[in-house]
Amino acid sequence: MIQLTEEQRMIHATVRKIAVEKIAPRAASIDESDEFPMDYVDVFKENRLFKMVLPEEYGGIDADTTTLCLIVEELARAYASAPQMLITTGAVLQMLLKAATEAQKEKFFKRLEKGTQACSFALTEPGHGSDAGSLQTKAVLDGDHYMINGAKAFITTGEIAELHLIFVRTGGEKAKGISVMMVDKDTPGFRVGKKEKKMGFNGTGTVELIFDDVRVPRDNLIGEVNKGWSLLTGVANMMRVWGAGCTALGNAEGALEYVIEYSKQRVQFGKPIASFQAIQFMLADMAMEIEAAKSLIYRTAYLMDTNGASFDEIESLVCMCKCYAADVGMKATTDAVQIMGGYGYTQDFPVERRMRDAKSVQIYDGSNQIQRVVIARNMIGRL
Amino acid sequence: MICLTEEQKMIQEMVRRLAKEKVAPRAAEIDEKDEFPWDIARIFGENGLLNLVLPEEYGGVNANTTTLCMVIEEISKVSPACAIMVFTTQSLINVLRRGGTEEQKKRFYPRFSSADKLCAFVLTEPNAGSDAASIQTKAVLDGDSYVFNGTKTFITTGEVSDFYLIFVRTGPGERAKGISAFIVEKGTPGFSFGKKEKKMGLRGSPTAELIFENARVPKENLVGKAGEGWKVLTNYGNLMRIWGAASLSLGIAEGALEYALGYARERVQFGKPIASFQAIQFMFADMAMLTESAKSLIYRTSAMIDRGEPFSTVEPMVSMAKCFTTDAAMKVTTDAVQILGGYGYTKDYPVERMMRDAKGVQIFDGTNQIQRVIISRALLGKL
Repeated sequence: MIQLTEEQRMIHATVRKIAVEKIAPRAASIDESDEFPMDYVDVFKENRLFKMVLPEEYGGIDADTTTLCLIVEELARAYASAPQMLITTGAVLQMLLKAATEAQKEKFFKRLEKGTQACSFALTEPGHGSDAGSLQTKAVLDGDHYMINGAKAFITTGEIAELHLIFVRTGGEKAKGISVMMVDKDTPGFRVGKKEKKMGFNGTGTVELIFDDVRVPRDNLIGEVNKGWSLLTGVANMMRVWGAGCTALGNAEGALEYVIEYSKQRVQFGKPIASFQAIQFMLADMAMEIEAAKSLIYRTAYLMDTNGASFDEIESLVCMCKCYAADVGMKATTDAVQIMGGYGYTQDFPVERRMRDAKSVQIYDGSNQIQRVVIARNMIGRL
Repeated sequence: MICLTEEQKMIQEMVRRLAKEKVAPRAAEIDEKDEFPWDIARIFGENGLLNLVLPEEYGGVNANTTTLCMVIEEISKVSPACAIMVFTTQSLINVLRRGGTEEQKKRFYPRFSSADKLCAFVLTEPNAGSDAASIQTKAVLDGDSYVFNGTKTFITTGEVSDFYLIFVRTGPGERAKGISAFIVEKGTPGFSFGKKEKKMGLRGSPTAELIFENARVPKENLVGKAGEGWKVLTNYGNLMRIWGAASLSLGIAEGALEYALGYARERVQFGKPIASFQAIQFMFADMAMLTESAKSLIYRTSAMIDRGEPFSTVEPMVSMAKCFTTDAAMKVTTDAVQILGGYGYTKDYPVERMMRDAKGVQIFDGTNQIQRVIISRALLGKL
């Protein structure tokens, strides 16, 4: 129901096919085992989806924001965990496209030709979540290298990533002393630590990254030294519209579709439960809120693709997309479990998983509370 | 932040200026006195706002759905009561343009295009509200005219309008099958006005009772075929809600949000502007998020209608936009009163009026419960 170009339609159709044939059938078992889905990795590699944000000369599909939204929404509709490795990789590659030198692009894009092709975006630390500006992982210049020490926590895709984009402290206090660096997983001193056991969002490889005297070439610094914070706010924050926003949207749509069919089949009091107005109104509210979130997301994507609004306006809209879609996703999946009653609460049906997955999106990629802080700041301005 | 044409941007500028300079200063007084603002009607007439839908040769701008949404939104930011006269007048013209004969257009268009001619859309009866198909006002063919008998209630812009689009029972057949639509002029013998409603809000927009006692209406005034009035209602009437109730309540929400934001920046408690407290900031973030979601839903839907997407696709979207936006406006205006505290509850400030106005829009133009019925029917199909 969005006006798409021919190319977007084709990509959308391809991704839908992948989602139905390859992603959806594996969702329950990945959720159950929490193993990283290497079969998904193969499918995504085959279809150039890890490199979706890259221009064609680098083997990508040059996806604009609307296209990225379509891809993530469609995959999440099958299984919310599935697109996470694409989101973290896309985030890193977009950052490189915006801020890296030609030589750096050449080097890192080439590096991704071997292995999983996945990247992780490593900001959070054990003591620094929403208050990211006070992160403590240190990088100290030592000749031609930076020496990195510290730990990152809750890093999505960290388990299998080839390259990690990390935010480190190279200078003074808070936001002013932060830089961005690339770390290859094969660098001595670097290791993947504890893998988190989570309530949902399984199979996303959420791990701790540990840096113990890790020496990375000075040339792995992205952008200017101590200017990492502006890359985070200027580039990375904008990705939430197609990352977390579309994950929540797709997950909610999948839940709604499932309960619509269920409520037509399930008979109580001699009639399908869908014939009761109490159920009809729950479904109407779910659909209405999902369509509102979808409209907000695709309007924002359109404005980003056409430079149709100022940075502050877009930043606020992106935060609204993330926060609103995540809250809608939580409500819609909770109601989906409710409509299915006892069955919905069992693991024989997919809606309880969707509800567990939905909770994660309210927290990750900037908690919904942090989104509200940014929205309010842009509205109220300096006091 | 909506994709508008150059012409639409000019209209938006003009309406914004009129609303600010002419309508806003009168809004409180119109509410207080509950008198129809003829001065505002004249200004709207002089500026072409009562003829937007007419073709250019009759002084209109051939307004599409997006243009109408935007005009109603702008006026409603300061006074939804004033926006309503534009809404009901364009509704009648819109039905005639889409469902009328060439002869009827030639006969009526020149008469609409003389300034100040207002129109009303007449469906509800004392015992037929949400269940509109049970209307009982009768029209019986007698020679060259139909003879009308019955009573209509809650008719917005009633009494002050010159032209009325009236749904009556002509038979044959029960319920939706025996309904026809007519244009009836004020002054027709046997057509009079009864009680004027005293309402909690939307004051200054008259809500009247219409009484028909052997009123004769020429049979050339039948719009569409005899017995096919229900089609006129659903095909044209249902889609008008997007620029009617939905855009009205979007404007109300935006007006309330803007006012409360200005207030919170100035109001000092505990030595600081209340806008610096996170409790207030988060209320604003949620208000803005709901408002922007509603706006996105409305303009995505209006774009779909203007592109000519099928009725079955756009009908539920319009119902979602009506229901979602009016619920959002109710919440936003209630919170605006809350942020202003005791002052907000007094008539010295506009937000209590906005809150009273918002309640009206959840009820009129098809209650939100009827919208949910339409939405769930589209989701579930035949059971």
